[in-house]
Amino acid sequence: MTIEEIKQNGTVVACKPRLLNDNNMHYCPGCSHGVVHRILAEIIDEMHLDDNIIGVAPVGCAVFAYNYIDIDWIEAAHGRAPAVATAAHRLNPDRVVFTYQGDGDLAAIGTAEAIHAANRGENITIIFINNGIYGMTGGQMAPTTLEGMKTSTTPYGRRVDLNGYPLKISDLFAQLDGTCYVTRQSVHTPAAVRKAKKAIAQAFRNSIEKRGTSVIEIVSTCNSGWKMSAAQSNKWMEENMFPHYPMGDLKNTVK
Amino acid sequence: MKGNEAIAHAAIRYGADGYFGYPITPQSEILETLEELMPWETTGMVVLQAESEVAAINMVYGGASTGKAVFTSSSSPGVSLKQEGISYIAAGELPALIINVMRGGPGLGTIHPSQSDYFQATKGGGHGDYHLIVLAPASVQEMADFVGLGFDLAFKYRTPAMILADGIVGQMMEKVVLPPARPRRTDEEIARQCPWAVTGRAASRRHPNVETTLELDDERMEQNNLRFQRTYREIEANEVRFEEYYTDDAEYLMVAFGSIARICLKAIEDARERGMKIGLIRPITLWPFPKGQIEKLSRKVKGVLTVEINAGQMVEDVRLAVEGRVPVYHYGRMGGIVPNPQEVLDAFISHFPETARQ
Repeated sequence: MTIEEIKQNGTVVACKPRLLNDNNMHYCPGCSHGVVHRILAEIIDEMHLDDNIIGVAPVGCAVFAYNYIDIDWIEAAHGRAPAVATAAHRLNPDRVVFTYQGDGDLAAIGTAEAIHAANRGENITIIFINNGIYGMTGGQMAPTTLEGMKTSTTPYGRRVDLNGYPLKISDLFAQLDGTCYVTRQSVHTPAAVRKAKKAIAQAFRNSIEKRGTSVIEIVSTCNSGWKMSAAQSNKWMEENMFPHYPMGDLKNTVK
Repeated sequence: MKGNEAIAHAAIRYGADGYFGYPITPQSEILETLEELMPWETTGMVVLQAESEVAAINMVYGGASTGKAVFTSSSSPGVSLKQEGISYIAAGELPALIINVMRGGPGLGTIHPSQSDYFQATKGGGHGDYHLIVLAPASVQEMADFVGLGFDLAFKYRTPAMILADGIVGQMMEKVVLPPARPRRTDEEIARQCPWAVTGRAASRRHPNVETTLELDDERMEQNNLRFQRTYREIEANEVRFEEYYTDDAEYLMVAFGSIARICLKAIEDARERGMKIGLIRPITLWPFPKGQIEKLSRKVKGVLTVEINAGQMVEDVRLAVEGRVPVYHYGRMGGIVPNPQEVLDAFISHFPETARQ
């Protein structure tokens, strides 16, 4: 049976999303980015947004997000994606505008831009990949790195007396009057993927309905940065990340 | 009206799509005037007070990426904060207008006038090999006129332009004829004029538009750099602007930009009453610099005095143009102090004492 015959029979249960192109992804096997890219491409297609959407890519592992999903993109300077998205949306109010940022980009260098965009209630969606480490630059400490977690700049483990505490920035977002939806998700099991996809779709609907800023934190794995196998990373994330960054909605005013 | 206010009025009348700024003396009237005029109610122009200069310039980057005519303004310390974003806008080959109403530095310095950001504006400022088109207004009229000129040049060459004003031009009040009002470009006009713009219409276009400054393939990055440099050579060939006064019979030359050029002109007129034949060249574009004209004049004068409200920055470009043919001196004050015509003339005579004995 050829692929064409399978498609004709209506028996296809899974395929590569139309908007995910054939470029080879640079993400490590086991990394959450690939899954999140896939569900983003699916949602944009399912919601018929590919003629009405602007993505803003960060500096970090997702710096090349624009190489993989066939929509219009702006690649921002490190941390500035919410400022870029603010103007892109204010000047093009009919477009759905989202940022896709890691923990270093959003919660360290770009804290001011992220908090103020959310506090203004910009009608944008922030997709926040929290894997507790700087992946792109080779595994340095992130603001979300857990206490005791070893990174290349905390080789003996993060010490709160030296490096402060792992930042729960989504809790801050939830406190702001400008946010309408703040949720923490993951993509490490099929059930989690379905929930994360639903959350991103909800965020895009909020943007279309101009309800304020939506923040989707996706607690993620970085198996190469964490120096574990993909399977070990998922287990480690459940046992260590989830207690500090619990799953679920932190705020939803749109129910 | 004030120079800063003229900028706000001119931008609305030009049909600018957006302004993003952060308050800092001595240019806050630009944001204040825009907020007071509420252009979002009339032309639909967006005005937003950002949380910082860093955010404001990145909003400009985002807005310019969508093909809109966007601008920001600040003063020296704030413009330092914008340099990262300006480098990205240049690298992204994006049209945008940045206004620097200079105050004295370094550091917090003073809120009083200065021209000490000449190096920063003309030599790069941010990282990487790039140039801004730099316009130096000397009057409130030019503050108004250079908004449209700056936008037009930025869109023509797809490169950021800067209005480099000193605090005097920003704060002083003069009569001004505002440019005629015209409507903002429609989305269709933007799509035609800026086919590269990230408008979010990838499906209609059948291909995504991506605005990025990243290129890890060295061969391609060098090609990008060469393309930027070709644009800069084209700008140098086409866009040099300056004004000359009394250069026909000049035996000596002054070079000055912005408000101090007007003080120099008064000094020169006083000197001419005493029989001293001094001419003035006022660069209007600081980049591209009118080096050709200065080189030409240096072949017929006996000496050059550059007058700036700084420690001597433009004088380096003047010396490069003169190439040692005649002596080139600098006179300037700092700390927010602006010399009067008598002080300028005294400085001239101290460098060229033979002129006073004539």
